[in-house]
Amino acid sequence: MKLLMLFATFFKVGLFTFGGGYAMLPLIQEEVLNLGWATYEEILNFIAVSESTPGPFAINMATFIGSRQGGILGAACATLGVVLPSFIVILIVAKIFDKFKKNSVVQGCMSGLKPAVIGLIGYAIFSVGTEVFFPSGISFSVFSDISFYVVLLLFTAMTVCCFKKLHPILIICISAAIGIGAGYALGIPV
Amino acid sequence: MKKTNDPSKLNKILSLFWVFFKIGAFTFGGGYAMIPLIQKEVVESRPWITDDDILEIFAIAESTPGPIAINSATFVGYRVAGFFGSMFATIGVVLPSFVIILVISFLLQGFENYRAVKYAFWGIRAGVMALLVKAWWGMFKKCPKGIIPYSIAIFAFIAVIIFKMYNISILFILIMCAVIGLVSSIIAKRRSAK
Repeated sequence: MKLLMLFATFFKVGLFTFGGGYAMLPLIQEEVLNLGWATYEEILNFIAVSESTPGPFAINMATFIGSRQGGILGAACATLGVVLPSFIVILIVAKIFDKFKKNSVVQGCMSGLKPAVIGLIGYAIFSVGTEVFFPSGISFSVFSDISFYVVLLLFTAMTVCCFKKLHPILIICISAAIGIGAGYALGIPV
Repeated sequence: MKKTNDPSKLNKILSLFWVFFKIGAFTFGGGYAMIPLIQKEVVESRPWITDDDILEIFAIAESTPGPIAINSATFVGYRVAGFFGSMFATIGVVLPSFVIILVISFLLQGFENYRAVKYAFWGIRAGVMALLVKAWWGMFKKCPKGIIPYSIAIFAFIAVIIFKMYNISILFILIMCAVIGLVSSIIAKRRSAK
């Protein structure tokens, strides 16, 4: 049953994600959080793993959550689920290649979907950000919490590094090192 | 036309698998990072796909559901060697991620509870936020400009806040935005026709 759920969930994610990379994040977040398969924290940790390993984000995410929920078979079902919609759709499109390209209905829908994805990812980042900056809820007490300032500083510094085109793997390594250093030095509770 | 026991076709299928396995194993940072590699392997190094076709394939891979890497692999595979070509190209591009993540997932389970690992991930989460903001900015810059796309983006952002309150799936937002895009493109076409 669990295996079927994994397959169905990731099939849905694969079918309704347009555009590459993080376009999948809003849907994965919704499904996985609702089903209790991962927490915000785990999703973020996992984005880091995905950024430091080869392969598309969607596949990595499906394999990871699948293996956590149902071992190797779970991973296989989730990965198959996320790949299958693409596979089928592309096979059909490849047969009607030229018609698809010039179809004004397809182009019209795409002109609405592209900006929609921008808005949805914006929200996904916003909600994940709330968890990162205010792990114990939004209140004034965070301003007396030193770990809030560490996270804020680290985030600002890494954002600058990102826009300076520092490699994502380096960003993750530096963040990890600073996390360990600051964590022990300030005795932050975990 | 169709000869499944044609040795040259079998060779093509096997080399499709190998080419996409390599691409899957060596590209960090997701689908977009694969595009130049795919181009090099199937257009420049092999006479599989022409220059013009590959650009169209990438455009379609972007405008169909699913990850771009998978879509491109399936498409190229189909063009080169039909159904089995597409199957082996897709398996090839997925397999490296699958194996690597499986191993990491089991390794992480053993280490997750160490204090140092927890601190490391605490720091990493701040770094990942930065990566996400950068990725979002990159997508925003590639998005069509104008009042209508910007309004749709803002609409989607506000709609998702409301939908979450009432526990409605964001799939409905995607469908709504596709319809808005379709209607506005039809209106724009009518206007320019006049």
